[in-house]
Amino acid sequence: MDCNQVFVLKVKKVIFVFTLLIAFLSIRNDTFAQVESAVSPDSVVAESAHAVSGEHGATEHGEEKFEPTKVIMEHIADSHVWHLWGHTSIPLPVILYTSGGLEVFSSANFHHGEHDYQGKYNKYRLVTGLKQSMTKDMFNKNIKVVGADGQIDEAASDTVIDFSITKNVAAMFIAIALIVIVFSAVAAGYKKRVGKAPKGLQSFFEPVIIFVRDDIAKPNIGHNYAKFMPYLLTIFFFILFNNLLGLFPIFPGSANVTGNIALTFVMATATMLVVNLNGNKYYWKHILTPDVPWWLYPIMIPVELIGIISKPFALMVRLFANITAGHIIVLSLISLIFIFKTLAIAPVSVAFVLFMDVLELLVAFLQAFIFTLLSALFIGMAVEEHH
Amino acid sequence: MELVTPSIGLVFWTALAFICLLILLRKLAWKPILGAIHDREQSIDEALNKAELAKQEMTRLTAQNQDLMQQARAERDEILKEAKTLKDGILNEAKKQAQVEGAKLIEKAKIEIENQKKVALAEVKGQVSTLSLEIAERILRNQLDDKAKQEALVANLLKDVELN
Repeated sequence: MDCNQVFVLKVKKVIFVFTLLIAFLSIRNDTFAQVESAVSPDSVVAESAHAVSGEHGATEHGEEKFEPTKVIMEHIADSHVWHLWGHTSIPLPVILYTSGGLEVFSSANFHHGEHDYQGKYNKYRLVTGLKQSMTKDMFNKNIKVVGADGQIDEAASDTVIDFSITKNVAAMFIAIALIVIVFSAVAAGYKKRVGKAPKGLQSFFEPVIIFVRDDIAKPNIGHNYAKFMPYLLTIFFFILFNNLLGLFPIFPGSANVTGNIALTFVMATATMLVVNLNGNKYYWKHILTPDVPWWLYPIMIPVELIGIISKPFALMVRLFANITAGHIIVLSLISLIFIFKTLAIAPVSVAFVLFMDVLELLVAFLQAFIFTLLSALFIGMAVEEHH
Repeated sequence: MELVTPSIGLVFWTALAFICLLILLRKLAWKPILGAIHDREQSIDEALNKAELAKQEMTRLTAQNQDLMQQARAERDEILKEAKTLKDGILNEAKKQAQVEGAKLIEKAKIEIENQKKVALAEVKGQVSTLSLEIAERILRNQLDDKAKQEALVANLLKDVELN
């Protein structure tokens, strides 16, 4: 147990130090980006946006200003194509739910947003990056309905719901396939070697599974932990695999899956549902009739009710911000080369990127751990028995 | 702002995929894995407990053996002692008996000797008397020739007989 305490203490210290570091770097990066965007109109940085990932850009396309913010935001945000390198990208299926019915077609039809596509019911246009206008709707829409006059019809666009298999969805499916394959293999190992020592992949994951059980579930939930083990293990490995794949720079990886608010929103909602559906009478009593004088109820009950939402909200933002921040920093460092238009800066960039990647590797584990730990903590608070 | 507005499509697919993953892994992976880990831990615990019990049993048995050994040794000593006393007793008895027997034999021998002596004496006496008679006869024969002497002799003889 001593070792665990030391470990937790160390993790806390590490979290603290790296949070400070990330905060510092993010602030530095933000101010830098602002300064850059303020300066850029004068010092014309003529470079193709595509040059970041390929050498064809500068020759095939016209001279174009290199905008790091745009490049980074394009990566951070979701996309209807999976960009591989240069002009090679994998088109992904677009699935639209319109008032007329479902529309399914390949995103290759948009030709990277250069062409409109005439579907069965409407004509659609792909609006990418910063060109996209803000929608009144809560949800993002990259695919707009084009009216008869060739202009975007916002009213019609609002009725179209986009269920496309985007880059993030595809990356998530790959991660899920990987998880299923890996853990089926691990489970097969247990079936093959009943009661024997683990071997191979099985011995790699067993300590992690036992860590989740003994250091996350048991101390936070208590004797009733077994019921929540499948959920905790699933969120742990789902976040971990997606985090790690996000660090991988080309095809199966490279998507910012766990750094997308939609995904963290779903995960946090899942935790909220698990917590509140399993909450016992003590949990609800604590929320609805807190242990305070009755005249404080008008303040306390709303505060407690907000607490139900704010806890998963913090989970959502924490994971999203940590992973997104990591991706932004790495891309910013790479962008330095193109901003300064010199190879001389490359070693510095690469060195920093290496450092950040190693850090992100740690963050990938850490965030999976923290999300699972806090979920277990909230579940533990909801199922705790008071005698 | 785009960054923090979730898109409904991604929310839908994530929720769907996550629920599927949860159900799939629960059935496919977590149940067998956690079950196997639990079983193995239990079997290890059991084995350790059994080993502990075996150890205790072993100590108990060793102690018992020691006890038995000691007891056996004590018993052996006892038996040996008893045997020795018994032997001594028998020996003494035998000695005594032998002595008594010897004494008896000696007594018998003495009586026999006495008897023999008596018999021998009687015989000697008889022989002596016979010899005496013979001698007396001869003497008498010799002396009967002479009357005076005969009478003297008879008187003498009578005297002797009486003295005897």
